[in-house]
Amino acid sequence: MTTLTGLKPGQSATIRAIHSEQALHHRLAALGFRVGKSIELVRTARFAGPLHVRVGSTDIMLRRSEARQIEITPQAA
Amino acid sequence: MKRIALLGMPNTGKSTFFNRITGASARVGNWPGVTVDLMGAKVLIGAEMVEIVDLPGIYDMHGFSDDEQVVRHFLENNAVDLVLIILNSCQLDRQLSLALQLKQLNLPNLLLLNMADEAKRFGVTVDANKMAAKLDMPVLMLSAKYGEGYKQAFDQISQALRHSRTVQPERMREVLSADVEIEHAMEQVLKESVQIPPQLSDNLTARLDRIMLHPWLGLPIFFGVMYLLFQAIFLLGAPLQAGVAWTLDGLRHMALEPVLAYAPEMLRGVLLDGIYTGVSTVAAFVPIIILFFLFMAVVEDTGYLSRAAFLMDALMARMGLDGRSFVMMLMGFGCNVPALMGTRVMRSRALRLLTMLVIPLSLCSARLQVFIFITAALFSPKAAPLVLFSLYLFSFGTAFLTAMLFKRKYASQEPFVLELPPYRFPTLRQIALRGWHEVRHFLNRASKFIIAGVVLVWFLTHFPTGVAPASAQTWAGAIGQFMAPVLDPLGINTQLAIALIFGFVAKEIVIGSLAVIYGLESTALTQHLAHQIDWVQAYSFMLFTLVYTPCLSTIATLRSESGKLGFAAFAVSWSLGLAWLLSFIFYQSARALGF
Ligand SMILES: Nc1nc2c(ncn2[C@@H]2O[C@H](COP(=O)(O)OP(=O)(O)OP(=O)(O)O)[C@@H](O)[C@H]2O)c(=O)[nH]1
Ligand SMILES: [Mg+2]
Repeated sequence: MTTLTGLKPGQSATIRAIHSEQALHHRLAALGFRVGKSIELVRTARFAGPLHVRVGSTDIMLRRSEARQIEITPQAA
Repeated sequence: MKRIALLGMPNTGKSTFFNRITGASARVGNWPGVTVDLMGAKVLIGAEMVEIVDLPGIYDMHGFSDDEQVVRHFLENNAVDLVLIILNSCQLDRQLSLALQLKQLNLPNLLLLNMADEAKRFGVTVDANKMAAKLDMPVLMLSAKYGEGYKQAFDQISQALRHSRTVQPERMREVLSADVEIEHAMEQVLKESVQIPPQLSDNLTARLDRIMLHPWLGLPIFFGVMYLLFQAIFLLGAPLQAGVAWTLDGLRHMALEPVLAYAPEMLRGVLLDGIYTGVSTVAAFVPIIILFFLFMAVVEDTGYLSRAAFLMDALMARMGLDGRSFVMMLMGFGCNVPALMGTRVMRSRALRLLTMLVIPLSLCSARLQVFIFITAALFSPKAAPLVLFSLYLFSFGTAFLTAMLFKRKYASQEPFVLELPPYRFPTLRQIALRGWHEVRHFLNRASKFIIAGVVLVWFLTHFPTGVAPASAQTWAGAIGQFMAPVLDPLGINTQLAIALIFGFVAKEIVIGSLAVIYGLESTALTQHLAHQIDWVQAYSFMLFTLVYTPCLSTIATLRSESGKLGFAAFAVSWSLGLAWLLSFIFYQSARALGF
C-alpha cells in the first residue's frame, strides 16, 4: 500500500482511500480530503516533523502518523 | 428580540463580519480557532433591535471538541431567527459541505461568501445567483474585511429577517442528532456555480512559505523575528513609559497636591500615596502594553502562527504536546487567559490539560511590565533588553521542562491536522481596534484589582499608626517577617515579599505596590530600587515572579476550563514549587560565584 508518506516534496497523487478513525475522518473530509481528489506534498518539516500538503484550494499540515492512514495512487509526473 | 447566529468553518471571517455589523471588537486572527466562546451584541436592523451572536467555527455537524460543543449547545438552547452561514469563497470546494449540512437543519438561512477580495486575486469565480437557485437560499459575496459587498449583504439580512420565523430550540435538538449524506449534492452545486483554477495563484503565500518554512532557516528566522520584536517593544516602549510617568508625576505636584493640601492627612495619604502613586505607576505602562498588542495583532493576523506550529511540531511532539500547544504558548505572551481558552480546539483531554499546565509559564504582558520596570532600574540600557530576552528563554525553558516531566501523566494520541491559511495583512482599522480593546481591558482590570490592591497595600504599610511607614513594625512588615524564612534564601527582602503576595492577584499590582511600599512615584522609585537591591536579587525576584503564578484570573480559568479545582490547585502548587527552586538555585549559585 502506498501512503502519503511515500511522496517526495513537489510530487502529486490521487487519494485512493482514507483509513482513519471516524472523528479524524470527518475532520479530514471537512478539510477537503476525499477519495479521488488530487493531493500534492509541498514540503516536509525537519526532524521527522509534519508534512505540508495541498488538497484543492487548501494548504494543510499533518503528522506522519496521520499521513500513513491516507492511501494514494501516485500520479505520473 | 430577534436573534441572528453566525455559523461557518473556522477562520472564514465570522468575527470580522461580526465586528463590522455590530461595531464590537471581537478578537480576529488568521488562525482557525480564535473564537472559542460565544459573544453577542445588539444592533438596529431596519426598525428593530436584533441580537447577533458570533460563534466558534465548526468543521461539520459532528464536532466534539469543546469549541464546537459551544455551537451545538447554543443551537440546542436558544431560539434563532436567522442563521448567517459564512464561508471562504476561495475554499468552496470543501466548505460548501457545511452549508449543505446546515441547510438540512431547515433554519432560515442566508449564505455569505466572504473574502471576495481574495477570490478575485486568486482567480476564483462564483455565480452567486446560480448557487442561490441551486441551494434555494439567498447567496451573497462580500469582503467583511474591506467592506466590499457589505451594504448589499446588510440589506439582504434585514429583508430576510422580516420574513423569517423563529426556530425553537426544542426542534433543533431533534435535527441535530440526525446524520446526513451531502457529498453528491455538493459536487452538483460546485460544478454549476463555482470555478476554481487548478492551481490557486497565491504566489505571495507560496513565496513567503519558501522562506518562512525553509528546512534549515525556518526556526532561526522565527527566533530572530521574536528577538527583534521584543527589542523593538523595549526600545520604543521604554521612553514612552518614562514620558508618561514623568507627566503623571508632574500632574501630582502641579495639581493634585495643592488641591488636596487641606484634606485630612489620612484621606490625602490614601488618595495620593495609595491610589494615585500606585495606579499612575502602573498606568505609565499602558503605552508599552498597547504597543505590545499592536505587534501581537500583526503577528496573529499574518497567519504566521500556523507556520510556527509547523516548525515546532516535531519538537513539541517529543514533549507530549503539538504545534497548537506552542501557538497557545505564544498567545499566552499576550495574556494567559485567552490562551488557556484557546486549548478548546483540542479534543484529547490529556493533551489539553498538559497544554494548560504549561501556558501559565508564558511570560504575559503583565509580567513584562514588571520586568521592564526592574530591568530598567537595575541594568544598563545595553544589558536590559538582553536580560529581558533571557527571561523569555526561561519562560520557554520552564514550560518545556514541565511538559517533559508530566507528559507521561497526560499522555495523548491526538491526531494533528491543521490548516495553513494564506498570509494576510491586518488593516489599520483592525490594528486600532485591537489596541483599543487592550486599553479597555486594562482599565477594567485597573478598576477591579489594581485600585483595591494598592489601597490595601497602603493600609498595611501605614498601620498601626505611629510607626515609620513600611517599616518592620507595620502590618506589612509583620507579614514580610513571617515570610522571611522562605524568601530570604532567594534574596527577596520583606518589601519585595509584600509586592509578591499582592502580585498573586494580578501582576500589575506588583509595581503599583512597590511604589506604595517605598512611598515613591515611578521615576524616583527606579532610582531608589537600585540602591535597595543588587542585580542578583533583582533577577532572582524576576525569576520568581515569572514562574510562581500568573494571576487570579488565570487560576480561575484553569479551574473553569478543566472543570476541576484539583487541576488548578495542582498547576498552582507546581509552579510555586518550581519558582522557589529556580530562584533558590539561581540566587545561591550567583552568590557562591561571588556576585
Ligand atoms: N482578505 C480577506 N481577509 C479576511 C476577510 N474577512 C476576514 N479576513 C481575515 O481572515 C482571518 C480570520 O478572520 P476571523 O474574523 O478571525 O475569522 P473567524 O471566522 O471568526 O475565525 P474563528 O473564530 O477562528 O473561527 C483574519 O486574518 C481576517 O483578517 C475578507 O473579507 N478578506
Ligand atoms: Mg472568530
